[in-house]
Amino acid sequence: MSRAAASGRRHSEPRPGGAIRRCLSSAFAGDDGCENHAMTGGMSKFSFHRVGAMVRRYWYLLRSSWPRVLDLIYWPTVQMLMWGFLQLYLSQKTGFFAQAGGVFIGAVLLWDILFRGQLGFSISFLEEMYSHNLANLMMSPLCPVEFIAALMTMSIIRLAIGMIPVTLLAIAFFGFNLWTLGLALVAFFINLILTSWSIGLVVAGLLLRNGMGAESMAWTIMFLFLPLTCVYYPVSVLPHWLQYVSWALPPTYVFEGMRALVAGHVFRADLMIEAFAFNIVLFAAASIAFHMLLESARTEGSLLQGSE
Amino acid sequence: MTLATDSPAIEFDRVTKLYKGARAVDGISFSLRRGAITGLLGGNGAGKTTTIAMIMGLVTPTSGTVRVLGALMPRERYRVLHRMNFESPYVDVPMRLTVRQNLSVFAQLYGVADPAARIAELAAELDLADLLDRPTGKLSAGQKTRVSLAKALLNTPEVLLLDEPTASLDPDTADWVRTRLEAFCRDRRATVLLASHNMNEVERLCERVIIMKRGRIEDDDTPQRLLQRYGRETLEEVFLDVARGRQREAAQ
Repeated sequence: MSRAAASGRRHSEPRPGGAIRRCLSSAFAGDDGCENHAMTGGMSKFSFHRVGAMVRRYWYLLRSSWPRVLDLIYWPTVQMLMWGFLQLYLSQKTGFFAQAGGVFIGAVLLWDILFRGQLGFSISFLEEMYSHNLANLMMSPLCPVEFIAALMTMSIIRLAIGMIPVTLLAIAFFGFNLWTLGLALVAFFINLILTSWSIGLVVAGLLLRNGMGAESMAWTIMFLFLPLTCVYYPVSVLPHWLQYVSWALPPTYVFEGMRALVAGHVFRADLMIEAFAFNIVLFAAASIAFHMLLESARTEGSLLQGSE
Repeated sequence: MTLATDSPAIEFDRVTKLYKGARAVDGISFSLRRGAITGLLGGNGAGKTTTIAMIMGLVTPTSGTVRVLGALMPRERYRVLHRMNFESPYVDVPMRLTVRQNLSVFAQLYGVADPAARIAELAAELDLADLLDRPTGKLSAGQKTRVSLAKALLNTPEVLLLDEPTASLDPDTADWVRTRLEAFCRDRRATVLLASHNMNEVERLCERVIIMKRGRIEDDDTPQRLLQRYGRETLEEVFLDVARGRQREAAQ
């Protein structure tokens, strides 16, 4: 009996694109029976119940500590106030900012969606390492895809807690209402959160593989995107060769789109579609990277070391 | 697919694990029958933790196969992880959550049918009822161990792995924990692999003892036969014989 037959695998014929498809499917399903529902009497298919358990666990944690909640709001508020007042000052001095009120505040709020989205994902993951609970989870029926779904959910919950009050403060202080962007805001949000999850996935994989030695990546990796995605200035400001790098990053399209909308009152749907396409590629690549890092952690025994 | 119940609960077949060239586990083979309580002994670096980690699917063997309840580990781990559990004083449950919150989260992860009833049942069995609404981090070491044990028993596991379950407990609490474990194994016919440095514990609980040294199995028998073969009074003396390389002479 062949090895494939012995292990119950049905697919043995190689197909075009099969390697990437297998890798992607294993990144999400675990490559280990997570998708093999029929064999386990209902315990191994994707389970919203288990995702719910993890979200509940993080919610309890957040609820138990008011400094954790305050931290979600504090820095976005400081950033918004600083850039808001700077814009107020510049609008009194320069014609562009007088006409394009809200460009800086819009940029800082969208940047915070990107940055806080990734932090929300990564910090929830780090909480497991801080509490030495990762081994318990890895030995439970929780599949990687369910764990990731819970981290994504928490990233949105943490964003909502942090960002909604800040957007209301932006209205109160500067008369800038992010919510009036309407459908454009939805497009901006979807693209930014997808990028933040992709980066969060890679960071989680690095933490699994390298332990707490990779912790600083969780806090700082997104700052690499700050100059490259042209949060506060147009892409044309960059040296020509760097513009290619910038346009390869999905958030660049969002920030350009935001400036076109706020300063030029034009919604660039083409930019949003391009950003989405890049995000799909980025998320797929991040999922493959996460899977490879997780398997590497199993090979190297890093999952045993936990928080070291 | 239904697995035959007479197949071994845990089966190692020529399993080797290398970490950057160093042999943590070196070609070991053994199988544990269902319902057996087996002690896994060995000094530091003997390969016990890696062995347990391979059973849980946390570590991929370099060569050989590990099967648990018929599932190849770690590839098919999600077929069986809900039927297993693990307890170790070195793996914490989240400290900021209350005991009830922790147990209810894990109950949901393991798909326990009636979590509230199961938690109440375990709280009564493990004397945790008064602690359920206290943050886990505020408990004493003994109380935390009981919480970890409750977490390990939540899903009424068919395979239970225990890594020094009574380390850091006072003798009275340790004895109390052993009694509960004995009762669980007797009532549920669970397969238990117990890694411990406490020889009295192993002697009391285990019907079979596997002794590891430098990644290999040095001996594997019932406690009584080991004592007879080595001509010793206690398992601790047997362990020292093995650890100090006197097993061959002692066994002859």
